[in-house]
Amino acid sequence: MGLFSKIISKIKGTPDGSSADWSDLEVALIDADLGPELTQQIMSAARSAKADDPHEGILQVLRASLSTKPRTIVRAHQGVTTLLVVGVNGTGKTTSAAKLAGLLSSEDSRVLLAAADTFRAAAVDQLRTWGERLDIDVVHGADSADPASVAFDAAQQANARAMDYLIIDTAGRLHTKNDLMAELGKVKRVVEKVSPVQEVLLVIDATTGQNGLLQAKVFAEAVELTGIIVTKLDGSAKGGIALAIEHSMGIPIKFVGTGESATDIAAFEPDSYLQGLL
Amino acid sequence: MFDSLTQRLGGVLSSLRSRGKISSADVENTCQEIHQALLEADVALVVVNEFIELIRQRSLDALPTLQSGTNQAQVIFEIINAALIEILGSQARRVRFAKQGPTVVILAGLQGAGKTTLAGKLAKFYKDQGDTPILVASDLQRPNAVTQLQVVGQSIGVPVFAPEPGNGVGNAVAVAQDGVAFARSKQHNMVIVDTAGRLGVDATLMKEAIAIRDAVNPDEILFVVDAMIGQDAVRTAQAFLDGVGFDGVVLTKMDGDARGGAALSIAHITKRPIMFASTGEKVSDFDIFYPERMASRILGMGDVATLAEQAKRAFDPESSAKLESKFASGEDFTLEDFLEQLQAMSKMGSMSKMLGMLPGAASMKKQIDNFDGSELIRTQAIVQSMTKAERQDPKILNGSRRTRIANGAGRAVSEVNSLVERFSQAQKMMKQMRKGGVPQGMPPALAGMGAGMARPSAGKPIQKKKSKSGNPAKRAAQERG
Ligand SMILES: Nc1nc2c(ncn2[C@@H]2O[C@H](COP(=O)(O)OP(=O)(O)OP(=O)(O)O)[C@@H](O)[C@H]2O)c(=O)[nH]1
Ligand SMILES: [Mg+2]
Repeated sequence: MGLFSKIISKIKGTPDGSSADWSDLEVALIDADLGPELTQQIMSAARSAKADDPHEGILQVLRASLSTKPRTIVRAHQGVTTLLVVGVNGTGKTTSAAKLAGLLSSEDSRVLLAAADTFRAAAVDQLRTWGERLDIDVVHGADSADPASVAFDAAQQANARAMDYLIIDTAGRLHTKNDLMAELGKVKRVVEKVSPVQEVLLVIDATTGQNGLLQAKVFAEAVELTGIIVTKLDGSAKGGIALAIEHSMGIPIKFVGTGESATDIAAFEPDSYLQGLL
Repeated sequence: MFDSLTQRLGGVLSSLRSRGKISSADVENTCQEIHQALLEADVALVVVNEFIELIRQRSLDALPTLQSGTNQAQVIFEIINAALIEILGSQARRVRFAKQGPTVVILAGLQGAGKTTLAGKLAKFYKDQGDTPILVASDLQRPNAVTQLQVVGQSIGVPVFAPEPGNGVGNAVAVAQDGVAFARSKQHNMVIVDTAGRLGVDATLMKEAIAIRDAVNPDEILFVVDAMIGQDAVRTAQAFLDGVGFDGVVLTKMDGDARGGAALSIAHITKRPIMFASTGEKVSDFDIFYPERMASRILGMGDVATLAEQAKRAFDPESSAKLESKFASGEDFTLEDFLEQLQAMSKMGSMSKMLGMLPGAASMKKQIDNFDGSELIRTQAIVQSMTKAERQDPKILNGSRRTRIANGAGRAVSEVNSLVERFSQAQKMMKQMRKGGVPQGMPPALAGMGAGMARPSAGKPIQKKKSKSGNPAKRAAQERG
């Protein structure tokens, strides 16, 4: 039995919801990195719903905090569907880009990868290694080439080769670096000269704390995020910050990463996630 | 987005001042605020509770000694600050060198924590002090981690022991062992072993880390952890402590704006010293850990020392000097100068963060927020879309040029117009200043960007080159060296 159901049954079992149960619930929510604010909202909603059915009360708050936007990749009406993978350093962008490519090509789509991280040492090689493993072509430039020009090249190649998807891996950047955020905006604009960017996916490491909210805010300003990928959910972290982001910004979580192999990726399923969160 | 502890306490404590003596109920209120603020700073709940208990006790103990009229709020604040520093820093130290033979350091941590980058920084740090480190590539897991370490090693002129290609091929334990033997035979006095990232819950990989440890008998195992980590910090740190064990902690990605409450959690729970802080992607972005700075950061009080360093790095002295002499000689302040300043500022990190590092800036929160990074980004994009001639002389910007620039930058024409307008204000201001004096406070680009944040204060004479800057950041940088 998950902690969540334990709490529910505790609350259910004690008609007055003794304070120990409430603090258990609060602990679980905080512990999952939902943050003090969202936790308080859930707590007070659950308290007021307590009289009839606390279980429903809590689930309602949690569900209401989810976005209603589609969680699948939005396909372009015609031509190449282009995805941009962004995020701070080390969250799992390259791995997720590769996994997504693998996932899509296993569904018989024609996928091209672009190595637009021209900054970090060996980042291009890392994606190329994934490309070889998955038998997917990787467009790359010369060492420390301009990332926007690599992405532009890739967009043109994807068009010319009539690909279904183009997935662009970008360099990790802290949202506090304005020049790097501007560079990211440029990558997107330049690609859009060739074809529209359908998806900009923010990769959030499940261990991330409240800073994730600031990350999402600044990335959204620079490139208009359309979805979130939560990685490293195979660890002990619950990734509740992604839920807090979805709640506060309305950006849907689309995929979850659960390991280091190509197949360790899955579509985000709100219900099972909410259960596992607690 | 989050109110700093300073702001929160400011509210509670300033109402105390007017009422005279602090009561135990006031202490209780204060504790509530600390609770919330520490959670927002990602301090783990268990640690928050213990910490608050400590503060409550010490504050209550201090109550009888407080005189009404003295700054009681300050006393409480000091109690909090001191307790933070105590937990963060009582154990601070550097790497312990082996009595003989090479000193062996193993880096361990979660995936993506920044171990490989850190390995290079640590090597450079000690190389610069006259040691002779080598790097050992024992991360054979992540694709091209070995290549990455080789590139890093080459860039700092430190040899890399990498007999295996990685990408899943090779035995990490053997590599570590051979690496140490190699170092010994070549008389290197330090070996830094980069290992694969692993989850605390991954028993198999934790066993591998233990095997590496037992094979090389390290002098230090350093737990490398991302400063942005949330509540999981405690679980993961405990898992590494119980698994491979560690002797010290390194915080990475400290150049971000995470409060870094995890530092408090980890130090408190594991009783291991935080030894170093990694502050950027370049090998030189590395420093020993300063508990006082971290305490200020967790409190949201502003980290003046780090700001000063960032300022020093961002404003290269040559271009500042160039600008100053331009000034003095009466040359025009062009959009190019403007851009250069913008870039320097954006190198320093987001405006609000930068200004937020200054004590007292909390009261200017609204203006600061208006200055946020996105505006800099937009402005920079617009200026970059101009030709050289246009930057030199914005007067030539007619309608069609403005439309072209707007398209190039992906912005609206109205934004180009408003930038040109603001620039000409800034330019005017510069001219005024040349007559009247240098404004205290902001570089002109900044002054031109917001509405009236930094007005030139009349009557200040032009300062000589060697004088202290009016920009607090710059000034602090100058004062440090
Ligand atoms: N356990 C686990 N590890 C992951 C997951 N996704 C990525 N990783 C690992 O996290 C580390 C960093 O992944 P990368 O894909 O290189 O991260 P990145 O965001 O591209 O990093 P930078 O480009 O350096 O910013 C690697 O060791 C990956 O194998 C996941 O879902 N679970
Ligand atoms: Mg990458």
